[in-house]
Amino acid sequence: MTHGFFIAFAYAVTALVIGGLVVRAVLDHRAQARALAALEARGVSRRSRRG
Amino acid sequence: MIRDLANPTRFMSLAGALLPWVSGVAVLLLAIGLYQVWFVAPADYQQGETVKIMYIHVPAAWLSLFFYSTMALSALGTLVWRHPLADVSQKAAAPIGAAFTLICLVTGSLWGKPMWGTYWQWDARLTSMLVMLLIYLGILALWNAIEEPNRAGRAVSILTLVGAVNVPIVKFSVDWWNTLHQPASVFRLGGPTIHSSMLIPLLVIAVAFTLVGVALHLAGMRTEILRRRVRTLTILEAERLDARAA
Repeated sequence: MTHGFFIAFAYAVTALVIGGLVVRAVLDHRAQARALAALEARGVSRRSRRG
Repeated sequence: MIRDLANPTRFMSLAGALLPWVSGVAVLLLAIGLYQVWFVAPADYQQGETVKIMYIHVPAAWLSLFFYSTMALSALGTLVWRHPLADVSQKAAAPIGAAFTLICLVTGSLWGKPMWGTYWQWDARLTSMLVMLLIYLGILALWNAIEEPNRAGRAVSILTLVGAVNVPIVKFSVDWWNTLHQPASVFRLGGPTIHSSMLIPLLVIAVAFTLVGVALHLAGMRTEILRRRVRTLTILEAERLDARAA
């Protein structure tokens, strides 16, 4: 294997791992924001405990 | 200021405003750094172009330690100061630190094969870094094992502080033991031993990686706050449905 293979592989792994972190962060945030919006649309709020 | 940020709503607003700026500067610096690495920085006189792996391996190693230190500080925030966002910070930092540790180990291994003739050696630096990854994975597993966030935060804090003993071991392993891994060449008493033509791109990439990590940390903390709100409201909804049924 040439040294170019090791360099390319190292950069590819780094891009994949950091890209994965970014995608995971975006998807997770969207999922939680959607879940919160759905709960609030059903009228659930901290204040609704009293009512 | 830290006390002001104790209010999750205030933190959400501030972090939401900061996030695009931090991400933008990170992307810009990453582009500048990668341009310098690929088109400006010279090949090493011994390693040739393989030295390009250094520009991602070394910042990844620094960030592995940086995020563990962030988690250790947050663990103190949870256990000692009882800051309401401390365990949120800890939880958001763990996957980022684990990812940079993984990058460090994989790129180090890919650098080691052409330079040392082996992907792996059980020397003190490499082994302590592997232990660091295992500690990160243990912390992530513990977060997932305990459902109640405050209980999980306290348990993880103890594990994090116990594991913090590994941080100086990683840093000073190359000084304390005779290792295949080279000693420190940037942060050392006599100053950096790397020529500025290589040091500048390395520092640019390091700052870019740090900002990427900080952006991911802020985003992760915002998501964790939302997750806790969803959890609280889901419990409230269940209680309300139970009360109606009774």
